[in-house]
Amino acid sequence: MANRRITLNYPPDVVQEPVTYYLVKDYDLKINILKARILPREGGRLIMELSGSKDRLDAAMAYLAGMGIEVKPIVREIRLDPDKCLSCSACTAICPTQALAVNPETWEVDLDHDKCVLCESCVAVCPYRAIDIYF
Amino acid sequence: MARTINEINDKIRAGKVVVITAEEAAELVKDKGVKKAAAQVDVVTTGTFSPMCSSGAMFNLMQTVPKMKLGGGSALFNDVPAYTGLAAADVYLGANALPLDAPKNRLYPGLFKYGGAHVICELAAGKKVRFVGEGYGTDCYPKKRRVEMLGLEDFNDAFLFNPRNCYQNYNVAVNVSDKTVHTYMGTLQPRLGNANFCSAGVLSPLLKDPQYRAIGLGTRIFLGGTVGYVVWPGTQHNPDVPRTEAGAPMRPAATLAVMGDLKQMSAEWLRPVSFTGYGVSLSVSLGVPIPIVDEQAMLQAALTEEELFAPIVDYSEAYPQATGEIMGEVSYAELRSGKIEVNGKPVTTGCFSSFAKARLVAGVLKEWIRTGRFELTEPVAFLPGSAAQGGE
Repeated sequence: MANRRITLNYPPDVVQEPVTYYLVKDYDLKINILKARILPREGGRLIMELSGSKDRLDAAMAYLAGMGIEVKPIVREIRLDPDKCLSCSACTAICPTQALAVNPETWEVDLDHDKCVLCESCVAVCPYRAIDIYF
Repeated sequence: MARTINEINDKIRAGKVVVITAEEAAELVKDKGVKKAAAQVDVVTTGTFSPMCSSGAMFNLMQTVPKMKLGGGSALFNDVPAYTGLAAADVYLGANALPLDAPKNRLYPGLFKYGGAHVICELAAGKKVRFVGEGYGTDCYPKKRRVEMLGLEDFNDAFLFNPRNCYQNYNVAVNVSDKTVHTYMGTLQPRLGNANFCSAGVLSPLLKDPQYRAIGLGTRIFLGGTVGYVVWPGTQHNPDVPRTEAGAPMRPAATLAVMGDLKQMSAEWLRPVSFTGYGVSLSVSLGVPIPIVDEQAMLQAALTEEELFAPIVDYSEAYPQATGEIMGEVSYAELRSGKIEVNGKPVTTGCFSSFAKARLVAGVLKEWIRTGRFELTEPVAFLPGSAAQGGE
């Protein structure tokens, strides 16, 4: 089993295609949609986590490319600005996955990108406005 | 065992003073007992760095030619209004002030991205801000309007004057209702979704001198990265609250009014705060040295987080409606563990006071004292409720 986190950028003419259906049915992938914004005539963007066998994932990527959908891996999702962060822990109590947590030795707030599910709950609760979402 | 502040200052000048932080003091007393620790240690330093809403800065502007009277007129710093009910050139900018056209909470919850605290911090960072002043014109002050870019160097005086800082203990905020509430204690999720507290706990200045035996009017402190002073009991100072056997208050109690030279402060030690749905505030770094004049001072300065307690308050109903209802008390050790129990339910905790930075403040103050840069002061007068001799 392999995991991939990707952003799909749709051109407007593909908006009518049930892409996620084919990813499940033809490629046997487990899909977790983290964020979706698809508008008729304007195209759209899907952020998702895919898991399945490596072969099937590669084949699915080829399918998406063939559809004219741009696939980008998510390298870094949320950014904690170390100059602005005061290491209070306003964000850690809100974070549902403990991606943001206080290091019990230094009492500094650490961000574990692997645990982050991009819920964005932390962005507005940070009093120092030290957290931003980047794609 | 007893020592005077004069004796401690002599040791500072001789380079022989023994200083530890309040966190280290808690460990030392646990290991060696109060008697030995008190004999060994001269000063315990404390520190805190957290939002302290009742803060602001007083500015005196250099006069223009011809002269101008701002008193009774208006003053804007980057569009943020300052108070002009003073003389010709004195204006006071509050940390919570918002720009004239700020959307506030019209689009709820508002983001409050800019306000007085941001202006103060930009000035402390060496930036210039746009000042617009208007007056009505008099025979002695004929000019009616001035517009200019001003940095800290362009003011005759610029000092922080915070009427209420350094709260001795504070509420743990929760929300028992079915909808999210946005408060100065942060965003509180419904049905006890989270609990927010705000204290440096074991390092918190007034929790380590819980009966105000050392801290009084005139006490020299660390403020915003430089030397400041306690100038008065803070507003809402209330020593008459339930206390533990060791004298530690179990409710919000004492507060301090403090002042310091903004021109000497730095943006590293003052930070603007935006509370979603609430407003703008200023995070202030503040540290106080506790002279170990006797064993009682050592005992109190070494109180651990297991021995310090805060009340749990519901911010959906009890706080706004001032019912005074408290849902329980928890120790700072429990709060610091990341989870507390409220109404039998486990609740995740978050803290607005930075413990990492509180350690830094206490550490810097320790270094200042150790290297002779900072000497201790006798209070000119004690705070109301002080247990010290001569206290009121």
